[in-house]
Amino acid sequence: MSEFEPKIIIFLCNWCSYAGADLAGVSRYQYPTNARTVRVMCSTRVSPQIVLELLKDGADGVMVTGCHPGDCHYINGNYYTERRMEMAHRLLKLTGLESQRLRLDWVSASEGEKYAGVVTDFVKELKGLGPNPVHKDAKLASRLKAAVDASKNFRLKVLSSKEINLISKGNAYGEKINQQSVEGIMEQATEDEFKASLILQLTNKKSQSVKELAKELGEPTDRTIEHVVSLRSRNLLALDHIDGATPKYKAIVTGGA
Amino acid sequence: MSEQAGAVMVVGGGIAGVQTSLDLAESGIKVFLVERRSAIGGTMAQLDKTFPTNDCSMCILSPKLVELSKNPLITLMTLSEVVGLEGKAPNFEVSVKRYPRYVMEDRCVGCGKCAEKCPSKVQNEFERGLNTRKAIFVPYPQAVPMKYCIDAQHCLYLTKSRCGNCQKVCPAEAVDFSMKETVEKINVGAIVVAPGYELFDAKAKKEYGYGYYENVVTSLEFERMLSSSGPFKGHPVRPSDHQAPKRIAFLQCVGSRDVKVGNNYCSSVCCMASIKEAIIAQEHDKNLKATIFFMDIRAFGKEFEDYRARAENEYGITMFRNARAASVSEDAGTKNLNVRYTSPTGIESEDFDLVVLATGFEPPSAAISLSKNLGIKLNKYGFAETNSYHPLDTSVPGIYAVGAFSAPKDIPQSVAEASGAAAKAGSNVFKSRISYRADEVTETNVEGQEPRIGVFVCDCGSNISAIVDVPSVVEYAKTIPNVVHVEESKYACSADFQAKIKDSILQQKLNRVIVASCTPRTHEPLFRSTVREAGLNPYLLEMANIRDQCSWVHMNEPQKATMKAKILVRMAVAKSRLAEALPTSTFSVNHTALVIGGGLSGMTAALEIASQDFKVELIEKEFELGGNLKRVFVEQDEKTGFQFVSELILKIGQNRNINVHLGTKIEKISGFVGNFEVDTNKGHIKAGAIIVAIGGHEYEPTEYLYGQDERVMTQLELADLLDKKSLDAKVVAMIQCVGSRTKDNPMCSRVCCTTAMKNAIKIMRTNPESTVYMFHKDIRTYGFREDLYLEAARLGAVFIRCKEDTMPELEREGDGLKLSAYDASLEGEIALKPDVIILSTGIRPNADNEEISKLLKVPLDKDGFFLEAHMKLRPIDFETEGVFMAGLAHWPKSADESIAEAAGAASRVITIISKEKLDAHSAVSVVDESKCRGCGMCEAVCPFSAISAYEINPGVMKYKTNPILCKGCGACEVACCTGAITCKHFTDKQIIAQVEACLEEDVV
Repeated sequence: MSEFEPKIIIFLCNWCSYAGADLAGVSRYQYPTNARTVRVMCSTRVSPQIVLELLKDGADGVMVTGCHPGDCHYINGNYYTERRMEMAHRLLKLTGLESQRLRLDWVSASEGEKYAGVVTDFVKELKGLGPNPVHKDAKLASRLKAAVDASKNFRLKVLSSKEINLISKGNAYGEKINQQSVEGIMEQATEDEFKASLILQLTNKKSQSVKELAKELGEPTDRTIEHVVSLRSRNLLALDHIDGATPKYKAIVTGGA
Repeated sequence: MSEQAGAVMVVGGGIAGVQTSLDLAESGIKVFLVERRSAIGGTMAQLDKTFPTNDCSMCILSPKLVELSKNPLITLMTLSEVVGLEGKAPNFEVSVKRYPRYVMEDRCVGCGKCAEKCPSKVQNEFERGLNTRKAIFVPYPQAVPMKYCIDAQHCLYLTKSRCGNCQKVCPAEAVDFSMKETVEKINVGAIVVAPGYELFDAKAKKEYGYGYYENVVTSLEFERMLSSSGPFKGHPVRPSDHQAPKRIAFLQCVGSRDVKVGNNYCSSVCCMASIKEAIIAQEHDKNLKATIFFMDIRAFGKEFEDYRARAENEYGITMFRNARAASVSEDAGTKNLNVRYTSPTGIESEDFDLVVLATGFEPPSAAISLSKNLGIKLNKYGFAETNSYHPLDTSVPGIYAVGAFSAPKDIPQSVAEASGAAAKAGSNVFKSRISYRADEVTETNVEGQEPRIGVFVCDCGSNISAIVDVPSVVEYAKTIPNVVHVEESKYACSADFQAKIKDSILQQKLNRVIVASCTPRTHEPLFRSTVREAGLNPYLLEMANIRDQCSWVHMNEPQKATMKAKILVRMAVAKSRLAEALPTSTFSVNHTALVIGGGLSGMTAALEIASQDFKVELIEKEFELGGNLKRVFVEQDEKTGFQFVSELILKIGQNRNINVHLGTKIEKISGFVGNFEVDTNKGHIKAGAIIVAIGGHEYEPTEYLYGQDERVMTQLELADLLDKKSLDAKVVAMIQCVGSRTKDNPMCSRVCCTTAMKNAIKIMRTNPESTVYMFHKDIRTYGFREDLYLEAARLGAVFIRCKEDTMPELEREGDGLKLSAYDASLEGEIALKPDVIILSTGIRPNADNEEISKLLKVPLDKDGFFLEAHMKLRPIDFETEGVFMAGLAHWPKSADESIAEAAGAASRVITIISKEKLDAHSAVSVVDESKCRGCGMCEAVCPFSAISAYEINPGVMKYKTNPILCKGCGACEVACCTGAITCKHFTDKQIIAQVEACLEEDVV
């Protein structure tokens, strides 16, 4: 059997990283062939949804590259990239898939050698991790699906897009929020939305009790009850039937959150 | 009228010449760019990074060079030299000698086969002799034009009729040994001279040992050592043993501020360049320790002081002030270097592994021949002679000098001047402006058609085909759904293959095209224009990069590289299937310019624009024109500022193209480039472009009993007084940096040292009894201003260097004044009883900056001045298209600098208002109104304020993109919560199709 060759997708921003990858070519820096590149105008164009979907579909690794902070051709696009990939990483950690499979790196137009090095290193790391197990692990697949759904969530989009304003300009009431508390809010929101999406996943096929869900989610039942209550109030989850004394819930299928 | 009539010749293809050429061509004027070397780029191409942003120099320069090479109005004449001039402005006839390249430019594809086989090795001048190149060469990998050139002096065939390898191996048959030198005569209306500068030959300072101590290098050599594309791949080493140096000394003022070698002037940029190199070197190697030896640190530009402070405080770079190194000696065993320098306690010395000499600027070697051939005067140092009020004019009308040719200066100042010279040159030839537009082609409508995709796979000589099995890629491509035509090509970029592509499009009725070859960054424009000529919308072209990102980086894995090439083609096809034709829409342009501010900069800009027959609306909030310079009674070049401004006001009044609005305040600005709408308290103004020239003001001190004692005054007040009478005072104390370089306001105001020198000279000349005592932190008389410093010193001025944090203290003593200070050079307290005290107060931003910045939606920097689009290469542009700045609104500067910059802003404005129409971007975002629920996330993330809300029903908001402002980054599409936004040409659907194609099964 031949050696495992990871499938890697690399997103390159047009102005810095794509030029850096070209420079690696011009300078003949050699690196493994596994990387398949997708050119985008700005790294900010790459949504958490796309990278998570790629991992869900079996990509062994995904890398997003852009201009160094402060160098963005679109002023601050890469700032958002950083925040969005941070969110994608948080979601990835919740799914249980190795979060190293998603990488964010800055490669300038003059860093051909760095680009070659980053790709080589990523391939090496992925070889160490082995193939993405998603196709053999239904539970993981379902969790990745939940992560994709969560990444489309309004609250998370608002947070990752408006974080800069919350820190520098303040909220609608002019209250400035520091980086640390924003991180905390993000962390909590990401976990909540992921779990909500996962509950919808699990209850989509067949109705479940809070206890069953809690086991699946790996958290105390009282936390799960909070999610269930919140989902019911958002009209996404309904009581299906009562099995003995145990209420069973089922997702309301409307075509997505 | 012949094609050449009304053209401008630009001499020198460095950053200044490039900027002048681009500005002129952008405003419809034909340019001949004459460059002595085989490629353009100048010194900037050799730099690793640029201060104070540490931007990669090549990355910011290269796009300008490519843009220039593609501009149809610019004729690039490399290996050429001006040898004669007849006639006068606006009708010169210039003789240009053209040296043979021995390689046909139209054939050479830049593959490099020739250099591989060339046996002759030559010192590489681009790498400052740190390595070798071949006799057939391109000076650097990103050279423009990317055409090889034979160095006739070192070519075996041309010198000894042997070898000829290059001719034999050239697959394009481009080598031609029979080329001869020719002389061409060219008619132009104006000439801009930008030959740059040379570096001082450090060998002339024998005490530093350059040339015989191996580990003593110059700053430009060190720059190449730091460059990742340089000879050491960005890891600096000692030339003697190729070990990484741990202790580096930077010695400033080598061949500058040096009366002994005749270069009395300051080279203006070396302090910052050395700080930058020290920072970069320490970033490369955390254990490296850099030390800088200097007299004064001249950090006078925008954010330079912060950069210097960071170098000292964050990077821990040691800075020895007032310590010009005396000598360097080498330990013969270790090859380490011992640097001797003076300190307040005497002579000291320290050991280093590497010594970097900050060699100063000298006039370019071409200066003397240019002066002879063009008749322009040089100053006493051999630089082009210019005048404070006409900083761009040479002694010959119609010939302009820019960049380092007229004085040592940094990149942004050269770029601003370059634009200024474009305006000046343009005023000689504007009647021949060409309204250039590509020929209109009727586009085939492909909407709703099943994709019929043509794939063209390039061998790139053997660059691709030597590694990738191209025929196998061709066979594979034929099997991909929707691909109906596949063709292999030796060189897909060659002129004959463009004709083939067009034929195939027409015959096979292709509605999508893929070229699998090199990078779209350089070749997309070419293939786009090819498909367009065959009637396809340019956005129906896709490229697969199978060279730069495949064959070149997988040279040892041909099989895997072939597989990757196939997958890259498959991904391109997947994207191409979903490609849409995007309309190229245009919009009309208002040909009037709006200038805000009626001071020196505003008036200069207005006059420059008006001189090319455009209308100008000049707004001034006061009830008279004139600004700050009206108050300046210091004489310079036989005129005071007041006199010069009075002349300008007269000229403005007589100019029919300029409409002056006094006592006018702006209330609202809307619109965008080409079509701004401005409401003022006096009425409505429409304009195509805007210049912000609202100036700054002198800091009003609260220190040193100012306002409480009439013996204390500012430099401006002193000049006013000196204009009327002489100063009756024996002991004059001048205090520098009042309100500048303080904790509250750390910036340096750039001009105060020079102003103080001028006033000191005037005081001591008119009253020989007077002595001026100047208390300072550094004297920053950059460039030829250093002459004033020397003159003041010669007249007996006494300079007392204070420490960064301890400035002199003033107290009343009876009726008299007592000034005490700590003298950092003598390391002791001194006291003085001055008759008068003159405060050098800095320049502060205009209080209106904040308001104007909000009205125009343009940013301010942290000091409150306006922030330019790019600190190096777009110094007078705002990021917002169509808005520019000049003068003190940007940063403190002297009158000559403001004048050059104002002319520059005028030129930038003319590049817009001279056009009939502007193109709107095509690959922009579009909002689907039915899906938009008005949350505003898109607006929040849009960096260009291109998205705004509108109300469809009372209280129901929707968002839409203004395609003129949108640059297609895609931030909004990702932020959108309902999927209402699509960013054209890089849609979600296209990206997903591409990555799915990537995840499909591998192909063998």
